[in-house]
Amino acid sequence: MTRYTAVTDADLSAMLEAIGVASVGELFAGIPAAVRRTAPLDLPEGLGEAEVYAELRELAARNTSVEDEVSFLGAGMYDHYVPAVIDMLMGRSEFLTPYTPYQPEISQGGLQVMFEYQTAICELTGMDVSNASVYEGPSALAAAAYLAKLSNSRKRFVISRGVHPHARETLATLCAGYEMSVTEVPLADGVTDLAAWSEAIDDDVSAVFFAQPNYLGAVEDPAPLIAAAREHGALVVSSADPLTLGILEAPGSLGVDVCVGEGQTLGNRLDFGGPSFGFFAARDEHVRRMPGRIVGETVDVDGRRGFVLTLQTREQHIRREKATSNICTAQALNALAGVVYLSWLGRRGLVELGELLVQRTAYARDVLAAVDGVSVIHDQPVIREFAVSLGVGDLAAVRRVIARCGAEHVNPGHPLAIDYEEYPDGLLVAITEQRSRADIDLLGDVLGRAVAAERSGAPAPHGGGEAR
Amino acid sequence: MTAPETAMQRDRAVTIFEKGQAGRRAFFPPPLDVPQRPLDELIPPRLRRREPARLPEVSEPELVRHYVRISRRNFDLDTGFYPLGSCTMKHNPRLHERVAGLAGHARLHPLQEPGRAQGALELMWNLERALAEVAGLPYVSLQPSAGSHGELAGVLLTRAYHEDRGDQRRTVLTPDTAHGTNPATVTMAGYDVVKVGTNADGGVDLDDLRAKADEHTACLMLTNPNTLGLFDPNIAEIARIVHDVGATTYYDGANLNAVMGISRPGDMGFDIVHFNLHKSFTQPHGGGGPGAGPIAVAEHIAPYLPRPVIVRHGGERSNGSTREFDLDYDRPKSIGRLRGFQGNYGCFVRAYAYIRSLGASGLRDASEVAVLNANYLLARLRQLGVCELLPPAYDRLCMHEFALTGAPMKSELGIRTLDLAKRLLDHGYHPPTVYFPLLVEEALLIEPTETETRETLDAFAEAVAAILGEAREDPEIARGAPYTTPVRRLDEAGAAKKPLLRQAL
Repeated sequence: MTRYTAVTDADLSAMLEAIGVASVGELFAGIPAAVRRTAPLDLPEGLGEAEVYAELRELAARNTSVEDEVSFLGAGMYDHYVPAVIDMLMGRSEFLTPYTPYQPEISQGGLQVMFEYQTAICELTGMDVSNASVYEGPSALAAAAYLAKLSNSRKRFVISRGVHPHARETLATLCAGYEMSVTEVPLADGVTDLAAWSEAIDDDVSAVFFAQPNYLGAVEDPAPLIAAAREHGALVVSSADPLTLGILEAPGSLGVDVCVGEGQTLGNRLDFGGPSFGFFAARDEHVRRMPGRIVGETVDVDGRRGFVLTLQTREQHIRREKATSNICTAQALNALAGVVYLSWLGRRGLVELGELLVQRTAYARDVLAAVDGVSVIHDQPVIREFAVSLGVGDLAAVRRVIARCGAEHVNPGHPLAIDYEEYPDGLLVAITEQRSRADIDLLGDVLGRAVAAERSGAPAPHGGGEAR
Repeated sequence: MTAPETAMQRDRAVTIFEKGQAGRRAFFPPPLDVPQRPLDELIPPRLRRREPARLPEVSEPELVRHYVRISRRNFDLDTGFYPLGSCTMKHNPRLHERVAGLAGHARLHPLQEPGRAQGALELMWNLERALAEVAGLPYVSLQPSAGSHGELAGVLLTRAYHEDRGDQRRTVLTPDTAHGTNPATVTMAGYDVVKVGTNADGGVDLDDLRAKADEHTACLMLTNPNTLGLFDPNIAEIARIVHDVGATTYYDGANLNAVMGISRPGDMGFDIVHFNLHKSFTQPHGGGGPGAGPIAVAEHIAPYLPRPVIVRHGGERSNGSTREFDLDYDRPKSIGRLRGFQGNYGCFVRAYAYIRSLGASGLRDASEVAVLNANYLLARLRQLGVCELLPPAYDRLCMHEFALTGAPMKSELGIRTLDLAKRLLDHGYHPPTVYFPLLVEEALLIEPTETETRETLDAFAEAVAAILGEAREDPEIARGAPYTTPVRRLDEAGAAKKPLLRQAL
């Protein structure tokens, strides 16, 4: 018996007697001896609750979180404030502990949340239909590619190099199974190179993919990118940053076929990368090829409004090898956080938060551009993130600069050269509403000294930045 | 039967979009503390949004009340018995929520320098080692986001393995008892499904397997114990047949909760295994996610694992760094990423806390009690005469779950499995999985898990018996059920025919 089981000696003998066996071991007699273990697993013995808490707390303490430093890390996940109501609602047993709503009569709470979530995502993106969420951002993009594959029998995808590198790599991974190839289009002056983009698209292209804003923080001009794809009948998939959609034109209004993206910024914590959710929204004509759970409104036998999982003939448990995706689970709890966050933010809040990000980001870009040796990588419009060259030469030097800043409890951003060798000393800097002007000024000061020290060849702090 | 309308039923569903008033808000942005510049100068008007998103306009109190009220229209595991077969609805310790919420875990940025995320990487390393031990396979990737994602990883690994050897394969064998995710995964990975039959004992039909395994076979995907709750006694022979044609063996870990510490997939002869951390390792299901689907693999599959891979360095490294754990991207044979960042770390924290809480003997205890509870519940159903109308699909000792067929109930009482399930709702239970596995007529798949007490199992068995007794008198009662739930039977056909997938605004 452990603290999570309840079989006393008396229970055990009564239960074995009812079953008609003499021992628990007999229940496993159907497992051939050759594959049945007698030795215990080579794992440490169990601990009490307080001891487990202490161990997990000790591990947590060896991580430098965004509470331990002034962090300008972004590149796909961002340190936005998560309101307390979200912790409370996500922690409620009624939302936390049920399974997928297979029995709608006793799952109306979760189903209504999904319906509200779908509505919120449609409003946010301007698309016709949304599913109830998928795993996360990059795999959502690869799922959109599968929708395109099912929609036309073309053999190639075209993707902008401005799409998140993890999404590009995920697409490449899954294309081994889709038996499709991918053409990547480079950036020019921080945005997708339109000439190369148009050149890459022909009648063999199933779908095209771009990100708005792109990985370098630059706002793309989507209209010509979309027009080039339309000319050849390719589907258009855009990856959106949801918190920029109070400012930037809705993808639906631009005429994209599918809009996907990472939902972490909508009320989900960083969690070292997950769980969060991916959103997946499309034009009506694609709904029967969409992956994942979809909730629809209906009525019960007495005419009461209710919600059910619907269009299930797309799904694996019905269609099996002919399903539109193998996805089984959604990210229901994270999507709950998403719709609560969007309701908390509200119609005006989404716009006001976006405007604040634009102003602070513009200010931060000016502050860093004024640092000796530092220059902007592009001067395209930016919303919440921008790219600079530190003028220190290479990735190793950037890492040393980051380590110097770390010693002053500032994390200046993410080195671009990890994924973009064309920007050898690039740094991607992200701004949220949690980074004040004072924080940005501190960044300018600390980064300025770190870059100066690097350029003067002073020895770097030892160790590349250990946790405090 | 008619029943008076309950208070919850009178409270009709109203969405958040139908509440609030223009101008209400819960969020106020921080003050603008930088010099304001004209927006047109920063973002050209032609790129800007013309029509604002019509998001709700509500105060915080309205927001809280709305979601708390609708939460009460959900049944959940903390409230009652949830014997949903193949889903392993075991208790979710709240310790896990507490530790996952610590800032050092919850507020750690995924691109933090590995040197400043050593606690997280050590946790992941330790979890990998523990899962490897449970699987009996040496290498683990935590990256896949769910069981189905783990399956896709596994079949793509198989593909990479064969292609690397210059071996073009075309088909994947799956038993007709398989979860729907198996065949759906096969298609996404570019292979064709070949179904293998089930023998009279509920196991893989060996003759059919021998006939279908050939030089085109890339892989066999199998769940063991299978979806009938039966351990396949021929497992060693099955693996041998598949390996003899040069194919890989894939273990769908959905049913691992039956055999933790008792039998290891690696020892059974499997090359690739996925875990459902949200099943055996008690990640809360969240109403349908999040989960995590780590995979464990044999030596010959390891070079193809998704990247990055967590590595542990012995001692100090040449560049002076003292970091012990790191992320290794330099994996030339890797299939690549399956998603962003390092996987669902929040799930890893919870699974690790569970493994540390239970240890080797506790994990074994969990499986033993899960199997004990399932067999006891089946025995109680037998004692109460339930099995005369709902006989086990295969009459032998089960593992952690068992399949009943409602065919006799349907012909003798005139109620279907669906009716029984709906009537159970009025008794305060979540019904078992229904109409799966597909090869059992009017199937009912019951998995009580180790969480439940003997009293709960007794009460559930009695409720099933009572419903059958009631149906013998008046089958209409079950056919019209449920009566007491927030809504009654819903028009699912109508919902699919005329899809209404968002609130009209």
